[in-house]
Amino acid sequence: MMATIRVAEAGVPVDLFSIVPVKRSHSVCAQGGINAAKNQKGEGDTTAKHFDDTIYGGDFLANQPLVKRMCEAAPGIIDLLDRMGVMFNRTPEGLLDYRRFGGTLYHRTAFAGATTGQQLLYALDEQVRRHEADGKVKKFEGSTFLSAVIDDGGVCRGITAMDLRSMEVNTFCADAVIFCTGGIGAIFGRSTNSVVCTGSAQSALFQQGVDYANGEFIQVHPTAIPGEDKLRLMSESARGEGGRMWVPKKPGDNRPGRNIPESERFYFLEEWYPKYGNLVPRDIATRAIHRIVYQEKLGLAGQAAVYLDVTQIPRETLARKLEGILEIYEKFLGVDPRVEPMRVFPGMHYTMGGIWVNGEDQATNVAGIYAAGECEYQYHGANRLGANSLVSCIFGGGLAGPAAAKYARNLEKGAEAAASGIFDRERKRQEEKNQALLSTDGTENPMTIWRGLGEIMTEHVTVTRINKNLEAADAKLCELGERFKKINLSDRSKWSNQTLNFARELGNMLILARVVTLGALQRNESRGAHYKPDFPERDDANWLKTTRAKWVNGKIKLTYEPVDISQIPPRARHYDAAK
Amino acid sequence: MADAKQVIVKVKRQNSPAEKPRWEEFALKWRPSMNVIICLRDIAENPVTRDGKKTTPVSYESNCLEEVCGSCAMLINGRARMACSALVDQLDQPIRLEPMSKFPLVRDLAVNRQFMFDSLKRVKAWIPIDGTYDLGEGPRMSFEAQEKAYPLSRCISCGNCLEVCPQVNEHSNFIGAAIISQVRLFNMHPTGAMHARERLLGVMGNGGVEDCANAQNCVKACPKDIPLTESIAEVNRQAWKQALFGWLLG
Repeated sequence: MMATIRVAEAGVPVDLFSIVPVKRSHSVCAQGGINAAKNQKGEGDTTAKHFDDTIYGGDFLANQPLVKRMCEAAPGIIDLLDRMGVMFNRTPEGLLDYRRFGGTLYHRTAFAGATTGQQLLYALDEQVRRHEADGKVKKFEGSTFLSAVIDDGGVCRGITAMDLRSMEVNTFCADAVIFCTGGIGAIFGRSTNSVVCTGSAQSALFQQGVDYANGEFIQVHPTAIPGEDKLRLMSESARGEGGRMWVPKKPGDNRPGRNIPESERFYFLEEWYPKYGNLVPRDIATRAIHRIVYQEKLGLAGQAAVYLDVTQIPRETLARKLEGILEIYEKFLGVDPRVEPMRVFPGMHYTMGGIWVNGEDQATNVAGIYAAGECEYQYHGANRLGANSLVSCIFGGGLAGPAAAKYARNLEKGAEAAASGIFDRERKRQEEKNQALLSTDGTENPMTIWRGLGEIMTEHVTVTRINKNLEAADAKLCELGERFKKINLSDRSKWSNQTLNFARELGNMLILARVVTLGALQRNESRGAHYKPDFPERDDANWLKTTRAKWVNGKIKLTYEPVDISQIPPRARHYDAAK
Repeated sequence: MADAKQVIVKVKRQNSPAEKPRWEEFALKWRPSMNVIICLRDIAENPVTRDGKKTTPVSYESNCLEEVCGSCAMLINGRARMACSALVDQLDQPIRLEPMSKFPLVRDLAVNRQFMFDSLKRVKAWIPIDGTYDLGEGPRMSFEAQEKAYPLSRCISCGNCLEVCPQVNEHSNFIGAAIISQVRLFNMHPTGAMHARERLLGVMGNGGVEDCANAQNCVKACPKDIPLTESIAEVNRQAWKQALFGWLLG
């Protein structure tokens, strides 16, 4: 939406496509806050330190120059959001309040209760609505992207999209297209992501020649509430405000958490990482929890769960700063987290990898296609720090908008001049895909295939990766791909057919899942969120490089390119002591 | 298996706005912590009714599944609420699922709530910033003012407050509590207050705040506990002031 606003400001008309009304997008789920080194707590924080924390937290895999620019721009982004009316929490002096988040020692995270993402999304949604009311933006909500229209010279001239009510496939001509299509949680079955975060658009683009980078870097958030339909996030801000992680020292201790005396609790993060304690980065915390549960066998009552405890935080602070997330816990579990420690377990949360973009203006390798937000790869390296995603998507969108507008202006021949044949050809191709899915008389249910996909990915391609398991996972993914060809849609109607749309998404998910898996299989080292017990160390000599997946003749091909480390030389990453 | 616990769900189905509605009943396998979304997903995986008839998966809207996106509002046992936070163990069975009745039907449980987004345009629910370029920090705001405004900013546009409002019906254009509360929110903001008049004009006249008949159903139906009736009273007061003294204030 930042991209939309910027393009509209540049005086260029925008068509905005979204599966759900944009106000219902996944960013509403971001809870804890947004980082910017405003140094408003007198700690001597600087944008250089934010930059260093981000690169170090990402285990040196991010190209550095643009990350530096993002950290420098972050304070201005907070100011802008503040001007847009975001109800950030305030200090007694009326200034914005800041809290601590993982992977830093500074209070750098601005927040609006525990629903910061919702508040930021709404502010941008309101500005987009204002431009819409002025006629500068036209919204196509309830439409899903199917494919780019690419001419014979390899230049993008528009898109095809399907109206999710009429199920009509239409082409839209455009000089430039920006993708802000978010995460890929659905390929892991259950995750903290929203239903629409399938990665379908990224995968469709990949299959049209848009490269995909660092796909194997998947963030598993340490604290989620397990659920059959979704893993609901319990924000890092709970720990930023003083929440502590622990398990009973005695294995299988069945007493309720609040009845276990202090001396019988094991605060494992504080003990293992004395400097950062409960605020180590997410990859570290997640692996620590796995170690507690699977190696030390200290999971709560022998199950895969540990405590996240906020009961010692004053009620008034909880109400003012964490209400949004505590409410979620209470509503979905029927237990009051102000009294009883919360039971949590890691859950797939974010993809650091995504569409390959250049290091200047968010352009992909296909002329006319840009990407910003979680769907692209470039700001978080091998592990994202908490509260950096909101800043990266707004910064990236803010770059992509003007870049796309400039590109469109400088085009010698606009998209209108493109041969109309290319639009008809692409629409027909997409209509035929729909028809094929609707008429296949197979035996496979798409929901069942999807559950299988989620199980394979969660078991083998999240926290711990072992090569022989990855190989087996890839073979199973190929098997699912074959089963997908024998699909049977239980709904063949032509009106608001959610089954058809889901089947299309599923086809794309199966391919993207392989990009993630093969990337993980190839990378024989451990870096950030990518952990292989057989290769436990980071290997800069061989693997300080970006994975760049390409689609060549219907096959996934992995290539590698060097990382720009021009600003901060790589050094070992440890969180048991200060950097 | 006789002892396997079942969940009985009745869904009001309608293939398209032009067709007639019908009811279908499903028997699902009970699991702990089930919610209505899980029920609908079970049906999608095996779309067979309780009496063994093949049918289609149920159309419905959903996204975040943690009650913050506003998508999955529907009538559950007659009550307007979010499907994701409707836990099966807390519902009487058979669980009856119906689409919201105050919005145009799309299919099954999916409705079109565009009216709400259009209304946000009508009342100019935004802060009119000069541009996204760097103009320094926003206005300072007291701790207390933020604490008062923040709950209003959590409105998810689910439409439950419209669904339960007797004033929202085929004879009226009442914009509803959610939108009126947004007017209050933006009029509270230091920059937004400079444009309060425009917003109040948007909420006056046909379908505006004076159409509220004080049934107070809205505040009970709000999943985010927004003080909607307070907002209506406050905006009503502002609108009267605008109507009476607007010519003086310019």
